[in-house]
Amino acid sequence: MEKTLDQKQRWYWKKNIQLIISLLIVWAIVGFGGAVIFAEPLYNIRFFEVSFSFWVAHQGAIIVFILLILIYALRMDRLDRLYKKMMKEQEASD
Amino acid sequence: MSVEAITIILVLITFAVYTGIGWWSRVRDTSNFYVAGQGVPTVANGAAIAADWMSAASFISMAGLVAFLGYDGTIYLMGWTGGYVLLALLLAPYLRKFGKFTVPDFIGDRFYSSTARSVAAIATIFISLTYISGQMRGVGIVFSRYLQVDIIIGVLIGMAIVGFFALLGGMKGVTWTQAIQYFVIIIAFLIPAFAISFQLTGNPIPQLALTTSDIVDRLGQIQVELGMTEYMAPFTDLSMLNVLMMTLALMAGTAGLPHVIVRFYTVKSVRAARWSAVWAIVFIGLLYVTAPAVGAFAKYNLIDTIADKPIEEVQDIDWVNKWETTGLLQLDDANGDGIVNFTGDDQNEVMIDGDIIVLSTPEVANLAPFIIALVAAGGLAAALSTASGLLITMTSAVSHDIYYRIFNKKASEAQRLRVGRITLFVALLIAAYVGINPPGFAGEVVALAFGLGAASLFPVILLGIFDKRMNKEGAVAGIITGLSFTLITIGLILSETIFGTDGPIIESFFGVNAQGVGVIGMLLNFVVSFIVSRVTPAPPADIQQLIESVRAPEIDEEGR
Repeated sequence: MEKTLDQKQRWYWKKNIQLIISLLIVWAIVGFGGAVIFAEPLYNIRFFEVSFSFWVAHQGAIIVFILLILIYALRMDRLDRLYKKMMKEQEASD
Repeated sequence: MSVEAITIILVLITFAVYTGIGWWSRVRDTSNFYVAGQGVPTVANGAAIAADWMSAASFISMAGLVAFLGYDGTIYLMGWTGGYVLLALLLAPYLRKFGKFTVPDFIGDRFYSSTARSVAAIATIFISLTYISGQMRGVGIVFSRYLQVDIIIGVLIGMAIVGFFALLGGMKGVTWTQAIQYFVIIIAFLIPAFAISFQLTGNPIPQLALTTSDIVDRLGQIQVELGMTEYMAPFTDLSMLNVLMMTLALMAGTAGLPHVIVRFYTVKSVRAARWSAVWAIVFIGLLYVTAPAVGAFAKYNLIDTIADKPIEEVQDIDWVNKWETTGLLQLDDANGDGIVNFTGDDQNEVMIDGDIIVLSTPEVANLAPFIIALVAAGGLAAALSTASGLLITMTSAVSHDIYYRIFNKKASEAQRLRVGRITLFVALLIAAYVGINPPGFAGEVVALAFGLGAASLFPVILLGIFDKRMNKEGAVAGIITGLSFTLITIGLILSETIFGTDGPIIESFFGVNAQGVGVIGMLLNFVVSFIVSRVTPAPPADIQQLIESVRAPEIDEEGR
């Protein structure tokens, strides 16, 4: 399939947005869901020696935040590679 | 040797190292002065961002805040780290791609408007100044306790050191110094944490001991017995709405902190910006997952050491004695029974400032004097690294954004550097003054800084990148709405301390307190700028081109 430069950039941007949105959904569910909105029901679930919502609020969410940023960097590296491969194929076929 | 002597020696050694680095990396042109010539490796930049980000608030105050708020202390733990996710995903890579010097640069160029640039520069200066006052308080506390010198002398020494290498090295010197400071900060934070964790639980890893030991459970029970709130239960100190709003305000406010955003201009590519963000959050996260353990363990130890003990015995303890002289710890045997009552009601006889929790932990746990000295050096490193980043940011807002871009577009490099250095000197004097005479409402001022950041800089940068149709009219209307709403509402809620009225003019904004209203300001900013931009002309073609280029993938020199 032939794509113009403009289309390729739009494809790249769309992929980027999709990735950001899915990571931010996790961010919101863990941070605001687990630690705030559902804090009371999750309080009754034990996680080792503490309550689950306490652990999420004090440590779990931070660990998830670190992972989200790591996943973003890794996925964007892959997207960059795909984009460059597309550019090279284009050059080769010209 | 006494604790004080070891502290002085250790602090002098670290100061000598910081100064040496400032000298080694001295610069002579403006671009190095502001952004370190984009030649700093990713890991070093990540450590520098972490040191810049983790202020006296993170090192000295946070574990104490968590210790006293219990579950609800999550507003700081999640607010400051969750905001970093927004910064790393939504702002940093694009601002690096844009590739100018400062935050007002992006806002001024993107919205083709000197008004927007000036508003952004003023917001930058205001946020940085309020933030720096907190750092100076941290420096004052450490000096007055550990060096037994007057706070005035302590602050002046600190400012002289910060000013010296900031003037000499600019951003490059600051970056390398901050990378070293990160390691001082983290070592100083972790070693006492390991020790107190091992003492209390037998497990030397505090991050795990928090969940695998029964200390938090026992702390909760003791607190309930003493009439305080249950440590582990949510929303005992703040309502659910306020926890939500304050966390969000801290997140958006942190993502909009200009001195942190500017760090992402110092890397060589967009990819390096993303990986700097990864390193920085790993470095920051290490302290943030330890802080809740330190908070809980220190609180347990503290209650165990002083509650229901004879007051004379308690006052004989060396650290109690020394903290009492600073005024941050007060014991008052109000009912005259000779016993320290540490309770959650009006029988309480202990007044304790949360800021001493981290600093006193090694003493409460009877650790070696060297560790106590190390913690003092760590607290200073945290305060000074953030202060230097803030100073450079304020300096560039004045000399670059206001002087060069608005008043004198023909200014030579030498002229700009001179204006920069004069600004830095003036900012240093103001910061020293604020440090010596801290405003009586420092906490409120910091809430204001985050609220204003959340209501102004964050939404406008976000819309500048992700909404191509956003124009000058929308952005300016949005900032003005967000800023004025937040300013007025915080002023009304805190009128008692700020204007000296007989009571707050309004208690809260529909249940949202002063630290959370920035979120409402932010939402108003989004709504107003969206509506205004849709009824006014679209941005010109060259601006649309600029947005395209900020979004486009980067074919970098590494050929990857």
